[in-house]
Amino acid sequence: MRPLDEAETTVVFEKLLKFTGNNLKNIVESPAHEGPDPNPGRYCFRLQKNRVYYVSEALVKRATNISRKNLVAMGTCVGRFTHGGKFHLTVQCLGLLAANAKHKVWLKPTSEMSFLYGNHVLKGGLGRITDGIQPGDGVVVFSMSDVPLGFGNAAKSTQDCRKLDPNGIVVHHQSDIGEYLRMEDDL
Amino acid sequence: MALGSLSKKKGSKSSKGPPKKKQKGDLFTEKRPEKADLSDDSDVSNEEVEELENFDEDSGSELLSGDVDPLADDFLQGSDDFYVIWFDLEENSGSDSAAGSDGSDSDSEVSDIERKSRALDERRAREEKDAEDELQTNIAEESDEFWLPTEEELEAEANRPPDLQNLQRRIQEIVRVLSNFKDLRQEGAKRKDYIEQLKMDLSSYYGYNDFLIGVLIEMFPVNELLELINAFEKPRPICLRTNTLKARRRDLAEVLLKRGVNLDPLSKWSKVGLVVYDSQVPIGATPEYMAGLYMLQSANSFLPVMALAPQEKERIVDMAAAPGGKTTYVAALMKNTGIIYANEMKEPRLKSLTANLNRMGVTNTIVCNYDGRELPKVLGLNSVDRVLLDAPCSGTGVISKDESVKTSKSLEDIEKSAQLQKQLILNAIDMVDANSKSGGYIVYSTCSMMIAENEAVVDYALKKRNVKVVPCGLDFGRPGYTRFREYRFHPSLDKTRRFYPHVHNMDGFFVAKLKKVSNSLPTAAAAEAVQSTEQAPLSSEKDVESVEEAPLSSVEDAVEGSVRPSKEDSNKKNNPGRIKREHQNGNGAPKPAADKRRERKFPFRKEVPRRTEIIKAREEKRQALRGTKRKGEGSK
Repeated sequence: MRPLDEAETTVVFEKLLKFTGNNLKNIVESPAHEGPDPNPGRYCFRLQKNRVYYVSEALVKRATNISRKNLVAMGTCVGRFTHGGKFHLTVQCLGLLAANAKHKVWLKPTSEMSFLYGNHVLKGGLGRITDGIQPGDGVVVFSMSDVPLGFGNAAKSTQDCRKLDPNGIVVHHQSDIGEYLRMEDDL
Repeated sequence: MALGSLSKKKGSKSSKGPPKKKQKGDLFTEKRPEKADLSDDSDVSNEEVEELENFDEDSGSELLSGDVDPLADDFLQGSDDFYVIWFDLEENSGSDSAAGSDGSDSDSEVSDIERKSRALDERRAREEKDAEDELQTNIAEESDEFWLPTEEELEAEANRPPDLQNLQRRIQEIVRVLSNFKDLRQEGAKRKDYIEQLKMDLSSYYGYNDFLIGVLIEMFPVNELLELINAFEKPRPICLRTNTLKARRRDLAEVLLKRGVNLDPLSKWSKVGLVVYDSQVPIGATPEYMAGLYMLQSANSFLPVMALAPQEKERIVDMAAAPGGKTTYVAALMKNTGIIYANEMKEPRLKSLTANLNRMGVTNTIVCNYDGRELPKVLGLNSVDRVLLDAPCSGTGVISKDESVKTSKSLEDIEKSAQLQKQLILNAIDMVDANSKSGGYIVYSTCSMMIAENEAVVDYALKKRNVKVVPCGLDFGRPGYTRFREYRFHPSLDKTRRFYPHVHNMDGFFVAKLKKVSNSLPTAAAAEAVQSTEQAPLSSEKDVESVEEAPLSSVEDAVEGSVRPSKEDSNKKNNPGRIKREHQNGNGAPKPAADKRRERKFPFRKEVPRRTEIIKAREEKRQALRGTKRKGEGSK
């Protein structure tokens, strides 16, 4: 386990920024309630086996005596670095993103399952959409009962969405909670 | 027709009238002795009597009509009587009792009626008695019919394919016999024979191996055993646990009901459990499941966590955490505060553990991959508040989930598991800090019913460490065994809890909650105990070397074995150890220790001369013998 170096930190923060925008400081600076100490520390990012974890400092301190081979996970996993050095966010950070998301999309009940199978969000399945979305923004997808389902990239801006035909793609799928069942081994 | 002839008869009767009746009355009174005579007489009369009695069934009319024989005077009279009685019966039962029997109203008539009714009653009584006797003989025959199959029968059975119905019937019969053994036993058959046969039948009908059936028979009375085995054949209901970090049980139940799941709250002892009866959608694949709102978990897995009762901001270790149901429950109870170390030894299971943790939104957990026995070294001794040890076991309590356990477990498997569990529980205890403000508890649980894996392990922990059993707060279970066959456990073991499928409708389970009393290890007090031929654990402050030597000498003391001069040296070496031990005992002043030391040395010194004395004595004897021999020879 080691802290992220400069390059890695920038990459990770960039990706997060797409989803959270200004709320990024919430993520980085919120007080942590984990750990047995009375003083809450903060959260930090750590790298372990090509995966980036978002952990509170108290946990990090205590995880240091676990040897590198045997440490498997800490706190919340945010994403992983591929062999080529690219960084992808994974579904496990959904909770984190959903709490701080700037752009949201709500799906109709009929098209929930389709998204959970890994398909993109079509205009016909769109229930609600927040304003001010630009193409390429990170979007968090919710169900109508405000349960976060996944996240993706916006394909069109909010204005253009209104003019789309029902089969047009609104959000490119990146990750969804169905992956817990479909791709449990790859997470 | 009968009536017709009867009327004929009646006619004839009426002609005779009262005198006849009187006669009949007399006859009737005489009938008794006559009948008695008849019955005493030869077969013919017997036949007559029988026929008489059988007139009820036959249509006696034919006989009657053909019946003017003087032969059957008695016969006729008897039949007359019979018919009169029958007639009377009919008339009496009929609506018009005015006619007929009261044809001649005389006082004797009344007594006649009385006599007739008495005869009727007696006949009825006789018939009843016969019926009862028949029943009795039938029942007696049935219980006699169940005899234990002989060897030839067993061999024949072994050659045929098993007849399931026969087996089932025999099982039921044996259970019945055993439940009332005094009355229903077969002559010459011992209880053991019945039990052996029951074992064989159960193992072939239900598919158990001999070892497991033998153990179960020892643990349960026969009726309960059958219930238990039947309960193992059926699966337990699916349960799920609401993730209180993300949802409330009521809201979750609403949402799931809308999806078409038929569910109910689990029991009154759980506020987060739901039991699923059936479901239109796959319960493990709903969007709510994927969002981490609930976890599929069997009801018995709730219990150790409820017993553990983790508080917020505590440090908890889960030593065998995969797939993570209990760990996530602990985190939910702690509301994501504090820290949990989730350890899992097997790598393939780590994935499901991490996936579940992330899915349920648990953020206060560190997952590591160690053998549970190494954990104290990594995490430090006396460093955490609570430990949950859901030990790997033989799985004899979850036969309803995994039928292969019926045939694959043997005594060695159980003993191996028990060995591992004993090591794990000691390590678990070592990790806990006895002085922690809010904790100091260890919960040990298994999904097995074997005493060797449950009570024996807890008893071992009680002997080896300063812990005590405390109530787990699960009062609806059965208390654990404090003694079983030749084992005697600490009496506090009745605070542990056992759960059975046929009683609690959950898989077989065992939960024990221990509280660590002090961080130091138990001292010489344990070593002096008679049973401990094992090493007496000394405090960790001492050197490792002296640790190894002191127990050795204590063993030798106990045995009072070989006397070697080097013994005294080892004694001397260990005396500091002994002094220290006695210090810890609380004896305080070194003087009594020194006295003890001297006292201990004295017997040794005494022994040495004794030995040489013995040798001398032997030598003298030998010489004496040789002397006598020579003398003898000399004399010769």
